[in-house]
Amino acid sequence: MTELINYLTVSLILVGIGVYGLIVKRNAIRMIFAIEIIANAANLNLIAFSRYLGDIQGQVFALFAIAIAAAEVAVGLAIVVIAYRLYKEIDVEEYRSMRG
Amino acid sequence: MADAAFIGLSILTVGSALFALESREIIYGAIALAISMLGIAGFFILLDSHFVAMFQIAVYVGAVAVLVIFIVMLVRTEELFSTTDDHGRKVAGVIFSLLMMIGIGIILFSSEFTKVEFNPVLDKIVNKIGNEMLTYYAPVFILLALTLAGSIIGALSLARREDDKENNYDTNDENSNSDKINTEQDSNSSYRENQGFQDTEKFDLKKKSVFAKTSQKASRVIKLGRSKTK
Repeated sequence: MTELINYLTVSLILVGIGVYGLIVKRNAIRMIFAIEIIANAANLNLIAFSRYLGDIQGQVFALFAIAIAAAEVAVGLAIVVIAYRLYKEIDVEEYRSMRG
Repeated sequence: MADAAFIGLSILTVGSALFALESREIIYGAIALAISMLGIAGFFILLDSHFVAMFQIAVYVGAVAVLVIFIVMLVRTEELFSTTDDHGRKVAGVIFSLLMMIGIGIILFSSEFTKVEFNPVLDKIVNKIGNEMLTYYAPVFILLALTLAGSIIGALSLARREDDKENNYDTNDENSNSDKINTEQDSNSSYRENQGFQDTEKFDLKKKSVFAKTSQKASRVIKLGRSKTK
């Protein structure tokens, strides 16, 4: 039967995939993909616990989190566009003007 | 029934999340990310949270995926640099994420969460969400609206071209034809000399020539990439 632990397992696997992407990928857009996957895993956790507790607060929090994630994607992609205009690259290894 | 749907959705979500990170063309990765978000929305429906599922589809599949695909098409540089990852870094990433998953998994499976079943379904979920949002969470709601507005204005002002406010004496040099810019520079320089702005004029010339050079380079690179893909 579909219990709480199954949803938590899927969420855990998604977080693992997201962390793997953040570590391995050097493409700025792919790093944004990885951040999105992690945020969605967190939302899945929120909804699963809301369903398990029979409480509505988790869904309200998930709605707020989805809206914030959308704003974060907009700003992140704008930053990628500027960095691409400055460096003609989207490889994050090349963004080194703030490195000491 | 719900079991089969759960297994299918989890395979879809995890598989397309992996494909989003590992696909060769980044545009297919963006589409796979949208499919993964759809899978998450399916989980929300399985968890009887239909309103949040619709919100997820509207925001992620409708807005974020389209935005990402737009940016990917704008910044199409897959040909410009090798996407081969560092082998050592790849191994380190796999080991680290596996360690993290195993660690949290041990904690999860040894906890009480394995035994619990879900509570009965709530009724009138949308009514309750609306009530909560407009009464107890009303300040958060207003702050959220301000944050969204601020972030959109910030993103717009970040992505705006920097050289618009200095070149406002002529508005047609947007089309980055190099010889057109040169002729315009001549006319502008006579205008500027009459005004006596020698230094700023020199600075502007330098900037414009750099701009023309980079645009030429970019168009050459785009042509190169097109011929390569053909």
